[in-house]
Amino acid sequence: MKRRSFISKGTLGTFSAILGTDIVFGNTIPLGYKPLALQDPDPFKLFQKDSDMTVLNNKPWNIEAKAHLLDDKITPNKFMFIRNNGLIPENIDVNKWSLTIDGESVQKSKTYSLSELKSKFQQYTYQLTLECGGNGRSEFNPPAKGNQWTIGAVSCANWTGIRLRDVLEDVGIKNDAVYIGYHAADIHLSRNPEKEPISRGVPIAKAQQDETLLAFKMNGEDIPLAHGYPLRLVSGGWPASTSGKWVNRISIRNKEHDGAKMTGTSYRVPCEPVAPGEKVADEDMCIIESMPVKSLITYPKSGAMIKEGQSLNIRGHAWAGELEVSKMEYSIDFGSTWNSCTIEKPVNRLAWQHFSAKISGFPKKGYYEVWARATDSQGTGQPMLLPGWNPKGYLNNACHRIAIKVV
Amino acid sequence: MSSENEFKQQVRSLYQKLIAAFGLIAIAVFAFIYVALNPSVLQNKPEETAIITIPEVEGKIENGIHVATGFIDGTGLTEVIQNCTNCHSAKLVTQNRMTKEGWVATIRWMQETQNLWDLGNQEEAIVNYLATNYAPQKKGRREVLTDIEWYPLEK
Repeated sequence: MKRRSFISKGTLGTFSAILGTDIVFGNTIPLGYKPLALQDPDPFKLFQKDSDMTVLNNKPWNIEAKAHLLDDKITPNKFMFIRNNGLIPENIDVNKWSLTIDGESVQKSKTYSLSELKSKFQQYTYQLTLECGGNGRSEFNPPAKGNQWTIGAVSCANWTGIRLRDVLEDVGIKNDAVYIGYHAADIHLSRNPEKEPISRGVPIAKAQQDETLLAFKMNGEDIPLAHGYPLRLVSGGWPASTSGKWVNRISIRNKEHDGAKMTGTSYRVPCEPVAPGEKVADEDMCIIESMPVKSLITYPKSGAMIKEGQSLNIRGHAWAGELEVSKMEYSIDFGSTWNSCTIEKPVNRLAWQHFSAKISGFPKKGYYEVWARATDSQGTGQPMLLPGWNPKGYLNNACHRIAIKVV
Repeated sequence: MSSENEFKQQVRSLYQKLIAAFGLIAIAVFAFIYVALNPSVLQNKPEETAIITIPEVEGKIENGIHVATGFIDGTGLTEVIQNCTNCHSAKLVTQNRMTKEGWVATIRWMQETQNLWDLGNQEEAIVNYLATNYAPQKKGRREVLTDIEWYPLEK
């Protein structure tokens, strides 16, 4: 991935000509910076994504799926959303890649080479649901700033790697460990090397779960570059921002980790519910942990026209953060009546579950919407309307729906 | 014979002068074209100039949209392109909807945490452009489904 190119005074003029305008402070543009007009124009080829995926942002790259693209039980790379806070690392040398475990709560910091990690610790494979905390943001009113994800910032792939817990045991951590925070090789948008684009983490208990992995493989192959090659922390069921990509250091903290996007309002919601549009002080915002119960109808694609009397098979996936989905229902009358779907058990904890149903009762010709509603093992279901408004537009788990016409 | 030689010499001398003249003209034309294509060569220390002046390229607006960036055409567009597409793409702007207050707060956040520079006297034009062209729309608690592509589903 050697895509870095350097700017001369001559090319600045070229950039200006392409943009059709002056570049103010053109002389202070950092070396290696690529104006957006000159970035790789085909992200689908670049990241091997399906051309039906939606590009929300090209600097940094943010790409999401559509509901019907997520029909596979195990999400393949081509349908997996990309969420980046910074720029993808350049010139990765796996032979020199290392992972350092440090922080206030380690006995002594320790560094492992990638091959050491692979050979020294037992490897596990889990299918893990990763959903962006801001998935569904586009529906909030008043709108929240940021990438306007609709429904496609979720995936459930197979991840293979070693347990973070095993590594922490090998290093030796102190009793006062509270949180872990990852550090990675991605580059801040300003290209300031002093700044990290994102450095988040999870409480020590989540870090020590069986399924919390330092992964080398996704769906049996090297992790694609955009998804964290060569080493990714994967903590399923939590906002995907806790699953740090391109990880090269993990700090064991004796307090809540305070890295980039851990503090302020990032990945936080009001500790107490607020009215839509209300201002919330930073100290009244609480960190998101487990993601809420949610589901997606992945078949058929919205817009299906069926003949009168024809039945309709629907299917999709449901997930509930740390919990399991215990009940799955659909409605064709805007929630007036609900019918149950068949819901499978997860292949492992934190994997999404597959549901299906046969709808044979469309009473007459006309426009319908099929709504899907999952309920988790604690009895909490998905709302039909938008859930509690929050300033950054996180955790929209409102029921998914598709349009159907009986003709 | 000597007058013939003298004539030949005069012709040769004239020939050489003509070649030299054409050579000079050719160099001048080449230099003119070079300067026309690279105006910066005549500027002293261009790195001290904050703005590199290139005339606005015409024909870049289609259906009210600036083609290269996707921005809505309007007063302040130039300032927005200059200041808002250096670190992130225009798409991060165009997919968002905020009030004037919201856009100002976003600019402050970028200045405090993301190394955005002081926008100086361009800030007003930028904020007005954003608040005018990317203002929030009332969406209610759940919008109707739109942009449905209808297709027959065979059994």
